[in-house]
Amino acid sequence: MESTKLKYTLGTLQHFLPQIGRVVTCGPVELAIFRTSDDQFYAVENRSPHPKGGPLAEGIVSGYYLYDPLYDWKIDLRTGEVQAPDKGIVATFPVTVDGDNVNVIL
Amino acid sequence: MRVEREKLVLIGNGMAGVGTIEQILKLGGAYDITIFGSEPHPNYNRIMLSYVLEGSKSIEDIILNDRQWYEDNHITLHTGTTVVRIDEESRQVIADNGLSVSYDKVIIATGSNSFILPVPGSTKEGVVGFRDIADCDAMLAAAQQYRTAAVIGGGLLGLEAAKGLVNLGMDVTVVHLLEDLMERQLDHTASSMLQAELKRQGVKFAMGKQTVELTGEERVNGLRFSDGTELQADFVVMAVGIKPNTQLAKDSGITVNRGIVVNDYLQTSMENVYSVGECTEHRGTCYGLVAPLFEQGMVLAKHLCGAATQPYEGSVVATKLKISGVDVFSAGEFTETAEHTVISAKDEWKRTYKKILLKDNMIVGAVLFGDVTESASLQKLVKQGAEMTDEIYSEVMGTGCCGGGGAKQGMSVEAMADEEIVCGCNGVTKKAIVDAVTENGFTTVDEIKACTGATRSCGGCKPVVEQILQFVLGDSFQESAKAGICSCTTLSRDEIVAEITAKGLKTTKEVMNVLDWKQPEGCSKCRPAVNYYLGMIYPDTHEDEKESRFVNERMSANIQKDGTFTVVPRMYGGVTTPEDLKRIADVSIKYDVKVVKVTGGQRLDLIGVKKEDVPKVWEELDMPSGYAYAKSLRTVKTCVGNQFCRFGTQDSMGVGAMLERKYERLDFPAKFKMAVNGCPRNCAESCTKDIGIVGNDGGWEVFIGGNGGIKPRIADAFCKVKTDEELVEVCSAVMQYYRETGNYLERTSEWVERMGLENIQRVIMDNAENRKELAARIDFALAQVSDPWKKMLDDDNTRSALFEKANL
Repeated sequence: MESTKLKYTLGTLQHFLPQIGRVVTCGPVELAIFRTSDDQFYAVENRSPHPKGGPLAEGIVSGYYLYDPLYDWKIDLRTGEVQAPDKGIVATFPVTVDGDNVNVIL
Repeated sequence: MRVEREKLVLIGNGMAGVGTIEQILKLGGAYDITIFGSEPHPNYNRIMLSYVLEGSKSIEDIILNDRQWYEDNHITLHTGTTVVRIDEESRQVIADNGLSVSYDKVIIATGSNSFILPVPGSTKEGVVGFRDIADCDAMLAAAQQYRTAAVIGGGLLGLEAAKGLVNLGMDVTVVHLLEDLMERQLDHTASSMLQAELKRQGVKFAMGKQTVELTGEERVNGLRFSDGTELQADFVVMAVGIKPNTQLAKDSGITVNRGIVVNDYLQTSMENVYSVGECTEHRGTCYGLVAPLFEQGMVLAKHLCGAATQPYEGSVVATKLKISGVDVFSAGEFTETAEHTVISAKDEWKRTYKKILLKDNMIVGAVLFGDVTESASLQKLVKQGAEMTDEIYSEVMGTGCCGGGGAKQGMSVEAMADEEIVCGCNGVTKKAIVDAVTENGFTTVDEIKACTGATRSCGGCKPVVEQILQFVLGDSFQESAKAGICSCTTLSRDEIVAEITAKGLKTTKEVMNVLDWKQPEGCSKCRPAVNYYLGMIYPDTHEDEKESRFVNERMSANIQKDGTFTVVPRMYGGVTTPEDLKRIADVSIKYDVKVVKVTGGQRLDLIGVKKEDVPKVWEELDMPSGYAYAKSLRTVKTCVGNQFCRFGTQDSMGVGAMLERKYERLDFPAKFKMAVNGCPRNCAESCTKDIGIVGNDGGWEVFIGGNGGIKPRIADAFCKVKTDEELVEVCSAVMQYYRETGNYLERTSEWVERMGLENIQRVIMDNAENRKELAARIDFALAQVSDPWKKMLDDDNTRSALFEKANL
């Protein structure tokens, strides 16, 4: 079966505060959307790659990195990669901004 | 069927013996173990006594294994029991109280005693050695009562004792036979620099003096020297050396020279009897330092467990002085002779000195003064007898630039054998540290410390642990910079606060830019800390940064592992009303709260509220936030008090509620708990609170620095006050002083130990003006706070961004 990518509009710019994550459920996936201090947007699945799971949206954002709120793992928002010494990866999704709208492609 | 296990008896409950037992347990040795100790205490860290004396640690802090440990490991422990003989024929160990225990194997680890000079008067009252807790107690007691002290012996131990007594407020003179201090570790240059530094710190010296008599009646009152001069002293510490404690071995017919003679597998002349530590003599050497003990213990443990081991071939000893502000290090040979090639550098302005001795181009010894950062790598090089190369030269002499130094340091760690002891205090090997990194994924010295115990005690091995971390982790190692608050900066808390004030920095971003942070936006450690410092410095103008708050504080509720939240409303003084309870119950049912739990601080936890419901729960509760998530005043626990209790002498509920109302919502360096008791029965457990208040007939007694958490600590008695007004003023001043001087995340239990109780008392109790100013500053800060739940309900944009989930 061929998969088709869909573009969802998550909201407008004002819905997203710099360095504070926001949760948006897009069909089957719960996303955590982050706006970095230089106004770049990143979307990751809102589930920590830590074996115990948990959300990511409430973490502390520094540059392009996220410190997860429960276990303080450091995650690269651009690639989803967990930084050493911890290991893992979280799914990332491309975000586009057109005009005032923030969109994600799933 | 129970398997008969061999009986192992350890004589001596000190670091060497118990260290060996720990290794045996780790290796899975199948022994029934019995331990005898002459002292009444469980196993403690003797080399930390200097810190006890200095006041930075308590005796409890230096206990290595508490009684529970012995129990957990099924070890029979006889404290306060001295073994007098080993009977080879009947295979029995016999103690002074008549107890006898049969054995298959025996380890003698009786350590050493202070060597007491055989001069007239040496048995007078007021003359002690510096070896054990009893000596340490005697010194602490003497400092309370007497003013002048003499320390005989200018070696490592004598100098540590002298500095400890100076810190305790005594007038101390070090009496030394020779012209150079620590002449067995230092050359003349380093020794003179050391003496000058200690003089600056208040220690006096009588050099080249031979004590021939201690004068006085019952109690010592002075020293007489061979040149006829005298020195007045109310208290004398003998630190002229140690004497291996060999009496038991002698009485049992074991070969004793200066110490109990052992071979390379620590076997004595008696079959099945072994010996480790300061009581032994190996290849003609008796060691008086800690590292060799563990090296011996490791070999012995393996031997006893039937594991393959290299023989013990002696230790290269290195010395470090444990006096704050005096950095001295020496390893291997230090006195130059004609056959040595000497590399040295002395800087009289920075007061540093560095000397490396080479023999046939091999590094055989080193002395450092003032700057000991190279001590770990030099110790390694001396131990290896490494050949001097251009790389090593530029690394240790600091000529090239700093670039690349790290990699080279890594090389010496790489060459280190797996079984080599890195942490002498706790007997941790290189392999244990490497395993902690590779198997548990640890990356910081603190994690290694928690897991293996390395650096837990004196901290001297921290540079080596860092090097091992760096070596194992490679590029992912983040330099745990010198006392910086996190890996983003090398600045300490005090430096950051000073810079913020001096440069008028206003936001975390500005702080990090101006102070040249490594990560421009900081990390999860420093961002919250800097945000706190800014708020503390500018209570009226700092705009709190939500994005720099840890999740719980940002959301004003506690996150649980499944992403739901716990909501805790305020109950001032732990008192509620039927109406409030009813509302809590109604809201809990409506929002499907999973568990309602009474907290340790007399509040109600509503656990398991869905993130998007949190603001609605606040709204419908319509109660103030209980701050269960905050680094701020959590609760004021109370007893019933004189309103109802037949024993109550004060209105604890009323005062507790009043204090809670007054101080709620303000940020602190860490969470802050209080308790108010109506009488000394202390039903609200003041002894484990940051501020504990106990009522009595005439007023209140205030305790500070208690903690029941990770590191329990009983609060210290701080002061007594008569009126509620005085009580409030004292509480205000203590809290504000803590807010202004505490490190972020530092609880008052640690703060009191770091600042010193007496110092805090001086600042607050001895200076009424200062106290009032502190109280005024906290009142000013308190005037700026407001309830976060209400505030969030009024701020649609933030509330929606933080709590609402959009569904597409």
